[in-house]
Amino acid sequence: MSVQTTVNGKTVTIEAEPDTPLLWALREELGLTGTKFGCGIAACGACSVHVNGEITRSCSVPIADIAGKSITTIEGISGADGTLHAVQQAWIDAQVPQCGYCQSGQIMAAVALIKTTARPSNAQIDAAMTNICRCGTYPRIRSAILAATGQAADKITKTGEA
Amino acid sequence: MADNPTLEMETAKPAKRKGVKRRVFLIGGAALVGGGLFALGWGDRSARKGAMTLTTGKGESSFLGWIKIASDDVITLYSPHIDFGQGSQTALAQMLADELNADWKNIIVEQAPAHMGFANVALGRAFLGEMVGAGIVGALPTALLSYLARSMPLQVTGGSSAVRATGQHGFRVIGAATRVALIEEAAEKMGVASDELTTNNSIVTHAKSGKTMRYGELAAGAAQRNLADNPVLKTRKDYKFIGKPVPRLDIPAKVNGKAEYGIDVKVPGMRVAAIMMAPVRGGKLTSVDPAPAMAVNGVEKVVQLDDAVIVIAKGYWQANKGIQALIPKFSDGGNTKISSASILADQIKLNNEGAKIAAPAGGKLLISEFQTPFLHQAMMEPFAMTAHFKDGKLEAWCGTQDPLTARKILAEAAGIDFEAVTLHTTLMGGGFGRRFPPYSQILGQVAAAAKAVPYPVKLIWSREEDVKHGAYRPQVAARLQGGLGKDGKIAAWVSDYSQNDDAAAEGNVPYQIPDFEARHHAYISNQVNAYWRSVNASQHGFFNESFVDELAHLAGEDPYQFRRKHLPADSRHLAVLDAVAKRASWATPLPKGVGRGIAMVESFGTIVAEVIEATTKEDGSPRVLRAFAVVDCGTTVNPLNAAAQIEGSIIMGLSSAIGEAITLDAGTVQQNNFTDYPVMQMADAPPVIDVHFIESGANMGGIGEPGVPPAAPALANALFAATGKRIRNLPILTQAKA
Repeated sequence: MSVQTTVNGKTVTIEAEPDTPLLWALREELGLTGTKFGCGIAACGACSVHVNGEITRSCSVPIADIAGKSITTIEGISGADGTLHAVQQAWIDAQVPQCGYCQSGQIMAAVALIKTTARPSNAQIDAAMTNICRCGTYPRIRSAILAATGQAADKITKTGEA
Repeated sequence: MADNPTLEMETAKPAKRKGVKRRVFLIGGAALVGGGLFALGWGDRSARKGAMTLTTGKGESSFLGWIKIASDDVITLYSPHIDFGQGSQTALAQMLADELNADWKNIIVEQAPAHMGFANVALGRAFLGEMVGAGIVGALPTALLSYLARSMPLQVTGGSSAVRATGQHGFRVIGAATRVALIEEAAEKMGVASDELTTNNSIVTHAKSGKTMRYGELAAGAAQRNLADNPVLKTRKDYKFIGKPVPRLDIPAKVNGKAEYGIDVKVPGMRVAAIMMAPVRGGKLTSVDPAPAMAVNGVEKVVQLDDAVIVIAKGYWQANKGIQALIPKFSDGGNTKISSASILADQIKLNNEGAKIAAPAGGKLLISEFQTPFLHQAMMEPFAMTAHFKDGKLEAWCGTQDPLTARKILAEAAGIDFEAVTLHTTLMGGGFGRRFPPYSQILGQVAAAAKAVPYPVKLIWSREEDVKHGAYRPQVAARLQGGLGKDGKIAAWVSDYSQNDDAAAEGNVPYQIPDFEARHHAYISNQVNAYWRSVNASQHGFFNESFVDELAHLAGEDPYQFRRKHLPADSRHLAVLDAVAKRASWATPLPKGVGRGIAMVESFGTIVAEVIEATTKEDGSPRVLRAFAVVDCGTTVNPLNAAAQIEGSIIMGLSSAIGEAITLDAGTVQQNNFTDYPVMQMADAPPVIDVHFIESGANMGGIGEPGVPPAAPALANALFAATGKRIRNLPILTQAKA
């Protein structure tokens, strides 16, 4: 089938079978390989993108469901002049990535979080950030989100409670 | 994060590096003979010439193939180590920059290609030549040593070796030698004495006359000079980059989707493939009707391998649908009687063959049995590799922990010469030991697939195949016997442990014990025995540091003070242990239901002690509250990244201790995906990990792995302190349910 949608602000037509997951359409049809394959069952979040602004695990959304919707991927969150999104800059400042493979998904999840919650608490970060990182960058992801939302890292109390 | 005061300042404003573009790598037709470019081949003009042909373009001068300096002052470092998240490439650049007095803004790191010219003799020399003298032996797992010995010349990334071997014995040396050559060249060109010249920021200066020359101007002439074999290296007080929290060079491309991993490779005309392997390891593909897969839109070919079936299609989704449509028949290799329980029973039997010891006179005897399961590396990027077979040659693209050996395996699988294989290496989405070529099944699979079709093919493993067909950390059972003397100290310690045959001498502890013995009982299952981050130090760290905790309680002593009593007064171990107890405020009281656990393990030449504070959730599962780590790796090259490695290692250690296990039933792995192989998520990870380094100046140790082993025992000890329940079997969640 042929599906018309908007990806990173551009109108595109995807030619693929209706059950093709959005992930593979992005990667193989549109060449947007920043969105990663991790598990295929929406368990890890490496494939996270925004669909109409909502955080979505693209490995489990068939393209039949995205007709007419607006998709944003990791390639689409920087400014047109290449200026990094505040979350991307915070990721660099906190030196978050190690292998980096899950980080596109992590950043997309963080961007979605702070869009709805300008100053997320630790509990809100825990609830929203469910993507898996095998390198274990979670403490730095947390401090990067706090920094990107103007919150000091010492918000995390010494007992680890929110 | 690390507590180093300079760190926060530096992280707030990473240095901007603008305008430095990657230099195109030229793989010329010139084949280098042998691997002795570095160190062994310094005086060998033909090898030098080969290296220069291999790597240099117009206006570029190569120094033994390992670095090159361009006329515009850009310095390119070729790292024989690949990047899978450990950050060693930045550390190597720091070491080179220090000895070369280079301008940091103009250094580029490239991954060396899978070419014999880039075999890492520095690594071989560090491990095999000096291990006896430098005391590295014992710090390295025997299995890795034997692997290194077999696979020389090497490009191995593993054993936490990049910085302490390749950096120390490689890039620092060539940096210093190149600097000397640049000075000599400048002296000749300026007509001054070389001892009147100084270097800084890639510029040679003659202070008396005010003359300066850039490295880029001098490189061509300097590269013609003989490089000193044993140049004088800087000492710590003169380091400008070593020990500084330099932002990692690879990170900017990892926040915008631009970093290219093996799975991202795109070659014109490429198709994509999916695979299904024999569910029982050792089983073979006996028959498969390709028709149901061929009926799937987009499927072009079904390839039958000895123990697997591959479907090649226009895209991954179609290939995967093709695989799902097949009903292949596999044999079981006669392995259906193997289960986790049968392995455990066999191992316990073996351990019990070890003689029992008696309680010391007037003292007490403790015997404890421990078990750890098979563990999966669960790298986030499943195996993915592209290959194109054309005109008797194979061109391949992937990330691997040893490109040279991968190339050799590809050649064998394709039935062609080593020279007929070109391997392009990519970034890797994790590895943790999984991507060592000898058990990277995808190498043989992709070579076979590529030979079956005229176009390039990218094979991607599903997560299910990744989980079920792993190369796991071996399942191990141990029985520890400890005799407590009437003085309250450990008089005797005997451990019997049963696991794969490469694991002798793994049971060592840092404590002073008059009568110590570790007895290894070799046991082979039908699973591949592989490396998992920190190799066998993780299981044995759990056994030993849990057991010493049990002995402390038996002696009625505080576990920290009890450990202290068994360490020499001026030892590095004691300093590390004391430091972590202090940072964790060991003696301060905790709320009811919260416990504190301590553990210390030395691995890969680095001593790490950790304190974990933990409690239990309402459902009885553990909740980690805080983590502290003190690390003595001799010298920290990049504290910013070193802290990240320790943080990640602790989380990986905790994750595996709490919930991870690969189990076998009827010879088949029972887990499928992240749903039943639960990797720790944000909400369960300690929100803050306090990492502190002791700069002891001792021989440099590794940093990528040594943070893992203390995590599991520190957690188990904390839970004992919190609940009174001793955990001897991992993972904790399985035990809680049982």
